[in-house]
Amino acid sequence: MASRPPVVEGAPRSRERRVRGRSRWRGYVYVLPALAVYLVFAVLPALHTAYLSLFEWDGVTLGDWVGLDNYAEIFQDPILRRSVVNALVLVVFFSFVPIVLGLLSTGLLARHRRPGMGAYRFLFMLPQVVPLVAVGVTWRWLYGDDGVVNQALRAVGLDGAARAWLGDFDAALVAVGLVGTWVLSGLCMMLFLSGVQKVDPSLYEAARIDGAGPVREFTAVTLPHLRGELAVAMTVTTVAALASFDIVYVTTNGGPGEQTTVPGLLVYRLAFSEGKVGLAAALAVVLGCLILAIVYLINRLSRSES
Amino acid sequence: MNTVARSERWSGYALLTVMAIVVVIPFLSVFLASLQPAGTPVVGLTWPERWSWDNYETAWSVAGFSDLIRHSLVIAVGVVPACLVLAALAGYALGTMRLPGGNATAAFFVAGLTIPVELIVVPLYFDLRTVGLTNSYLGVILVEIALFMPFSVFWMRTHFRSTPMSLVEAARIDGASSGTILVRILLPLARPSLMTLGLLVFMWSWNQFLLVLVLIQDTTKHTAPAGLGFFVGQNSTDIPTLAAGTIIVMLPILILFVVFQRSFLAGLLQGATKG
Repeated sequence: MASRPPVVEGAPRSRERRVRGRSRWRGYVYVLPALAVYLVFAVLPALHTAYLSLFEWDGVTLGDWVGLDNYAEIFQDPILRRSVVNALVLVVFFSFVPIVLGLLSTGLLARHRRPGMGAYRFLFMLPQVVPLVAVGVTWRWLYGDDGVVNQALRAVGLDGAARAWLGDFDAALVAVGLVGTWVLSGLCMMLFLSGVQKVDPSLYEAARIDGAGPVREFTAVTLPHLRGELAVAMTVTTVAALASFDIVYVTTNGGPGEQTTVPGLLVYRLAFSEGKVGLAAALAVVLGCLILAIVYLINRLSRSES
Repeated sequence: MNTVARSERWSGYALLTVMAIVVVIPFLSVFLASLQPAGTPVVGLTWPERWSWDNYETAWSVAGFSDLIRHSLVIAVGVVPACLVLAALAGYALGTMRLPGGNATAAFFVAGLTIPVELIVVPLYFDLRTVGLTNSYLGVILVEIALFMPFSVFWMRTHFRSTPMSLVEAARIDGASSGTILVRILLPLARPSLMTLGLLVFMWSWNQFLLVLVLIQDTTKHTAPAGLGFFVGQNSTDIPTLAAGTIIVMLPILILFVVFQRSFLAGLLQGATKG
């Protein structure tokens, strides 16, 4: 914010302040259109979801007020609970693994000049820009009986390990999670690598002169400078995991059984094919709150450390 | 010490290269599959014996991907300009004027960055149906504008806050109104930021799935991702045509990414970090 010098004037001050006060509000004319669209088509629907979550409603007839019963059901119903647990498992693959891979490559390359990064950057951001539905359709084929994954396993003689991955009771959730790893690893890597460019190279030299090895150097120099990028990467990837829908919908649609069901999928299914609108709304609220809490926590932690 | 550094660097590049290969293989696999003769079973990465572009023609005309692409474009053409205009106006006021409660208003927009589509989509369906905006592109356009508003306003506000205030002050002293200052002085300078924002919004609009799935139940009006998601459920065995359709859906955004790589990267990397 540009700070202005305080107005030091005599008599016309109060009148001027009144006029200025009014004209200061006038700037809201510019904000109003954006604010109106945002309020009507995003904020109000979110509040409406919270309101709907207090009813039992099939979407057609009149709804019945049930208070917090829908929320109680989320914590009791095994499928609903399962979906939340699955989303948390996905966090490991969407968030933890990409961040570790990103930090690893950054740690190895931080001190060095990095020719040829342009080509890598282009490739790593590719999964970021294409529709997740297309990504899902692609992986559905890669994981299929005749897909690349099984082809590779057979090529190295592991015929026994080949299977229809997305239909496998034990492997499906991991398979879906790895799609997220594929999408988000490049983003984390690029975030961290562009973050270390701001580090003064003399810090690395100083660390080396002080006898720091690669690991010590990473924890003492690289990591502290990446705090901001780390918070961003954690936020983006965690939200992507918790609110995942597209990839799961086209790869497994929650199956086999409920092995890969996630909250987003259930919100859609409960509201639009099972006629349990209130329960869907309650699950959406729980999901929204979970995301808000985690984002708040990440930002809180990243700030308090600095 | 020198050898440590060198091996470190080599292992760094080795890791990047392995990951780059992993990123490329799925794209390559789909592309090669799309060139195989239609209706044949395809195994993993197989070099086609002869290159056949017939599947693209089938997907484009018979499977209706031309319509899907057109519908997606209609929505994007509605969303992108509106987002740019609304965000530029709001970002200008919140970034350069000292509005009472301006910071709180900006924070209110930023808070919306965390709203997942799941949180708003259920009542939206019922509310928009009452006013006849389901199965309508206008309904999708309005909701997408609202969904992208938090980032857009935040992005433009950050931009305008970084432009030198002296420009604005000088124009004000010359008697320029706030509207003139925006249109004549600040917007021409904001072109790169607007460009990046426009590309990001186009991408998000193009890739949006759940919202369209709910608001447009009429499958003849589907957008590209919704149509592809629906198509895979119907024709999951005809791999070559499906692969061609997947490429068609990805192609517009890939072309934009190749041409405007710099802007995209600025948005995807800085946009996230500035938050």
